[in-house]
Amino acid sequence: MNINATLLVQALSFAFLIWFSVKFIWPPLNRAIDERNKRIADGLAAAEKGKAALVEAERKGESAMKEAREKASGVLGESEKRGHQIVEEAKAAAKAEADRIIAGAREQISSELAKAKTELREQVAALAVAGAEKILQREVDAKAHAEMLAKLKAQL
Amino acid sequence: MAAQNASEYIAHHLTNLTVKVGEGGFWTVNMDTIVMSWVLGLVGLGVIWMVARGATAEVPGRLQSFIEMFFEFVDGTVRDVFPGSRAFLGPLALTIFTWVFMMNLMDLIPIDWVATISHGLGAPAWKAVPSTDLNTTFAMSFSVFFLIIFFSFKAKGAGGFLHELFTAPFGSNPLLWLPNLGLNIIELLAKPISLGMRLFGNMYAGELIFMLLGLLGTIASLSVGGLIAGGASIAFTWAWAVFHILIILLQAFIFMVLSVVYIAMAHEHH
Repeated sequence: MNINATLLVQALSFAFLIWFSVKFIWPPLNRAIDERNKRIADGLAAAEKGKAALVEAERKGESAMKEAREKASGVLGESEKRGHQIVEEAKAAAKAEADRIIAGAREQISSELAKAKTELREQVAALAVAGAEKILQREVDAKAHAEMLAKLKAQL
Repeated sequence: MAAQNASEYIAHHLTNLTVKVGEGGFWTVNMDTIVMSWVLGLVGLGVIWMVARGATAEVPGRLQSFIEMFFEFVDGTVRDVFPGSRAFLGPLALTIFTWVFMMNLMDLIPIDWVATISHGLGAPAWKAVPSTDLNTTFAMSFSVFFLIIFFSFKAKGAGGFLHELFTAPFGSNPLLWLPNLGLNIIELLAKPISLGMRLFGNMYAGELIFMLLGLLGTIASLSVGGLIAGGASIAFTWAWAVFHILIILLQAFIFMVLSVVYIAMAHEHH
């Protein structure tokens, strides 16, 4: 109960314990906690950043999608137009070809007809001469009546 | 302990194991106080030190979490009181709380167990609670007192501190110098004395109540009155121990906070 030299010993013990805490306990604990706090703060900041990046990427994706859709519809319209054009061209070419063939055929037909007419005229003239010979019972001088025959041929 | 009478029982539990180290009444040391406080201080701070040594910023284990919680509690308490650097006041507060708490904790060991063990080991007396020894509490509170003086000089300079001693709180009139000085000395000395006496008084009184309840237990016997005495001794000791858990923590906390407050006040100018 009395105050005695224990007081001095205890004061030294106290001083030693304080020194020990100041030197070996406080700094490492303080450092570890500060560092963890910093890491947590960094992590939270990174998460925030990631969230913002995600929003940005979503927005970009959306706009890219929209652009692609627009492009695709443009390409579709263009190709449809081109298809129509090709069909029209083919139709026109076919019509021209058909016209050409028809014209050729008509030409051939008319030339055949003229040829047949000419032949027919020759034969009619000869037939007429032969008929006249029979009627007259005598030789018809073809040369003498050549002019008349030519007139006849022209009338046919 | 049945062979003792009441005053012997009480006196025995209040006796320190002393060793004379020189001439005169002052030069004795209480071996039990010193050994117990050293062991408790080293165990308490040792556990914290082991954790602090391996502490990393990785995910902490359970023990490290607990120690860090304690650290944050002390750090926060000091921060609330003192705005400056906590590189010294922080560990000071940590040391005070840990040491005082560990010493107070010994109060919860049943006193007769301590007596039985120490007798078994051949010691004539052994007080297990160093904070029921005025030497311990005054050693701590006067260490705080010298820290107050030191920080007063450091914060205000020798001139500033002396000026304050003579001119505060009444004024700088030369007639008031002596009253000022007298009041300041009383104020300065009141701090360590009240700090040391508070802890000592609380622990000593708590210990004394355990002794009285233990004394009640010594008259327990196989009679109706004896059984009531024995039952009451056990029940009241248990109840007081539960209540004492609060006191132990509270006194450690009060000692820590007041020490920090006093040292923080030393930094303030009047």
